[in-house]
Amino acid sequence: MSADVEYEPVIGLEIHVQLKTRTKMFCGCELSFGDPPNIHVCPVCLGLPGSLPVVNARAIHLGLMIGMAVGSELAPRSIFHRKNYFYPDLPKGYQISQFDLPLCLGGKLGDVRIHRVHLEEDAAKLTHVGESGRIHGSDSSIVDYNRGGTPLAEIVTEPDVRSAEQAREWLNMLRVTLRQLGVSDVNMEEGSLRCDANISIRPVGDTELHTKTELKNMNSFRYIERGIHAEVARQIEIVRSGGKVQGETLHFDPRTERITSLRSKEEAHDYRYFPEPDLVPITISAEMLDAARAEVPELPTARAERYASTLGLSDDAAKLLADRAELAAYFESVLEVDSVEPVAAANWVTELAARLDEGDPAGSKVEPRALASLIGLLSSKAINVGAARQVLDRLVAEGGDPLAIVEAEGLGAIGGGDELADAVAAAIAANPDVAEKIRDGNMKAIGPIIGHVMKATKGRADGGEVTRLVRQQLGL
Amino acid sequence: MIELSAKQLADAIARGDVSAAEAFETYRARAAADELNAYTWVAPEGTTAAPMSADAPLRGVPLGVKDLFCTEGVPSQAGSRILEGYLPPYTASVVQRLAEAGAPLLAKTNQDEFAMGSSNENSAYGPTRNPWDRERIPGGSSGGSAAAVAAGSAPWALGTDTGGSIRQPAAMCGIVGLKPTYGSVSRYGMIAFASSLDQGGPLTRDVTDAALLYGQMIGQDPCDSTSLAHPETIALPTAERLDGIRIGVPRADLAADGIEPGVIAAFDATLQRAQELGAELVDIELPHAEHALAAYYVIAPAEASSNLSRFDGVRYGLRHGGDEGLMAMYTHTRHDGFGDEVKRRILIGTYALSSGYYDAYYGRAQQVRTKIADDFRAAFGRVDLIATPTAPTTAFKLGEKTADPLSMYLGDLFTIPYSLAGLPAISIPCGLSDGLPVGFQLGGPAFSENRILDAAHALEQAIGFEPLEIS
Repeated sequence: MSADVEYEPVIGLEIHVQLKTRTKMFCGCELSFGDPPNIHVCPVCLGLPGSLPVVNARAIHLGLMIGMAVGSELAPRSIFHRKNYFYPDLPKGYQISQFDLPLCLGGKLGDVRIHRVHLEEDAAKLTHVGESGRIHGSDSSIVDYNRGGTPLAEIVTEPDVRSAEQAREWLNMLRVTLRQLGVSDVNMEEGSLRCDANISIRPVGDTELHTKTELKNMNSFRYIERGIHAEVARQIEIVRSGGKVQGETLHFDPRTERITSLRSKEEAHDYRYFPEPDLVPITISAEMLDAARAEVPELPTARAERYASTLGLSDDAAKLLADRAELAAYFESVLEVDSVEPVAAANWVTELAARLDEGDPAGSKVEPRALASLIGLLSSKAINVGAARQVLDRLVAEGGDPLAIVEAEGLGAIGGGDELADAVAAAIAANPDVAEKIRDGNMKAIGPIIGHVMKATKGRADGGEVTRLVRQQLGL
Repeated sequence: MIELSAKQLADAIARGDVSAAEAFETYRARAAADELNAYTWVAPEGTTAAPMSADAPLRGVPLGVKDLFCTEGVPSQAGSRILEGYLPPYTASVVQRLAEAGAPLLAKTNQDEFAMGSSNENSAYGPTRNPWDRERIPGGSSGGSAAAVAAGSAPWALGTDTGGSIRQPAAMCGIVGLKPTYGSVSRYGMIAFASSLDQGGPLTRDVTDAALLYGQMIGQDPCDSTSLAHPETIALPTAERLDGIRIGVPRADLAADGIEPGVIAAFDATLQRAQELGAELVDIELPHAEHALAAYYVIAPAEASSNLSRFDGVRYGLRHGGDEGLMAMYTHTRHDGFGDEVKRRILIGTYALSSGYYDAYYGRAQQVRTKIADDFRAAFGRVDLIATPTAPTTAFKLGEKTADPLSMYLGDLFTIPYSLAGLPAISIPCGLSDGLPVGFQLGGPAFSENRILDAAHALEQAIGFEPLEIS
């Protein structure tokens, strides 16, 4: 391999999403995050002798919704398998998962194809006491089974991702989609969304898949991007120096940016999958499909597309609104008020959103009707942009009617009447040196005069009108 | 009181001739005095059964329960060292159901470890002895239940059957054992050996008792996804004749090596009686039955290897090597906690499921299983019931086969096909061979328990088997 060969990364992603059901995948224990350890447990999720699993119908429902959202083929019949391995966070010594007959097959989100979506149960949460933070070398480990048995959807992509940046952007699209579907909290910090990446490289132009490594459990999108970068660089380095990439499972340490091996292919588990004999096959009825379909909302990519193509929003503005369901909903309720221009509405919903931090505008004091009215005042030039922002600040703080605020505060724009002409005259008189520069043709010097006028009119003057009057009064 | 069958005792309690409390204490004292090692736990003196409704169908007739069933706060050790002293926080559905129906928990019965065995010699708590001859095994794995019922220290008992574990000990101890249709009795709380085969069922003194107890065991359980509602209620059998009943006899299977002449003689005599009662005997073939044993000894260990993974020392039961790291804890706990037969089956099962071997073993065994079910379906198109001996031999001596697992496995020859097909079968005593009981097995299609019980009842009356004298 010569140094001048260009390599491209070939990346597939495996995403685990905790489903937002009330109870666990195979028992009636409630889901919780942050509760005291080992209180949401029962014989089933503790794997006590004699206990048996029962499938959570709601988890199947949410799984079908995910499949519908990414355009999967939904299996009329699917079955659970046992994935056998020993670990203290796995109370039965096997995970109930799906193998060759998953709930959803195929599909696509954005430009990445989906291989499959299947359901399984989450493991318990292990905390390793001691220096290493890993099980080997720890003084002791403690297990919290509250998380054990939480329903998971595992979404596996085809190896269609070609860069770390694309991985991050696509994962964000997936997260936004799942959040709007309402199937998961998709919170990486709380572990309700976790991601592994399968990474290989190949010379640009090659269509074969080469030996891949699996980068495990990166817990933020930023780390995923950095982890993939680091791994791709490592693989290119290996190949350029004449070596061969070994199939292994890797860990990325975001503090040191180092990649370490968790286990090699030879050490890989033989999971001894076989059909779970404690469960009967899942058959998907027309009623189940109808119920799932009825709950799938318009999804962000489709919505952004509609905003851009039919409402004339820029792609960025359309995506910004569509990616947050609550902004999109608010935006659409503003549009429902008579004759609001969509681009202006989008701008002002964005303005409002910026003032609310992460909050939902529907829960704020600003009524959609009030925002529509504010936009109307601005477009009819009854107020200027500065005044409109002031009104919005007031609406956010206190609510109310924009027109009443404009009148009470005297924020109405000063048009072409004597009041503004007088203010301009006063400003010119107060800044003779500036007036001189303007007469000499330097219009850029006008700032202090406009500032003077704005101060005198409490910002109600229209900047364009002030400029016109200055030119007029200076005889230009 | 102790000469009464469970049904007769229930009737006596209903009439007020004897109180439920008296019945419980009488049997409690007998179980506590047991010399066969049939029990691993007996209700302590002074135990009063939980209150039951006045019309509870089982009236308070106490029940022996195989140790494989979880019982809340009562040791449930599955015959294994790894669960020594384990007190479950919940009770198995079927045990709960029977308690509510008026059969309170009397005692836990001894068994082969995790139900793996045909002699009860694999119990970590010592072998149970056969009340007919204490030098002999009681059969297994529900050997404690069978010995207890035969010896009259329990009026009746629960067992579990994976490949013959109710029927074979019933045969060895001269009592009745019913392996029901798979799914008709909830498995929730029954410690799993091989999930797709395990089924709880009754061990009783007579066929009527089996019907009475089984009738209260059935029903779909929301905690067991594989449980099914029985399409019929179970009637107490009344048949005296077998007119119009076609009984299939798989002659070729009866010619296999290792079947004792005394067993064949008792079996043939019983077929003769069936004919006298009006049954028509039909020669049938079960072409794949000869592969049943091989398929079973792949499927059952495969499932067991997975089911037994949870015994890892982390949450309950034995923990050895806990201070020496995770791998040491796993290996010491499982090395010290499991007996040889359990280890043998975990090894076989793990191998059978391994990558590269799955298709050749587990996959192939499942195909055989389907063929066997097809064989039965075809046969039951021609006959109503199928008859075989329950086991090829009578009770053997303790230690006689422990060094030869294969010959032990061959004892399941006639029972395993029903297990693989999920079909019901009963064993009733049909005579003696050299002074030891011989079992007669009658099997039928799924959910044909009423038919089986009726026919077994008619035969039982005609045979007039003399049970072991209860002392």
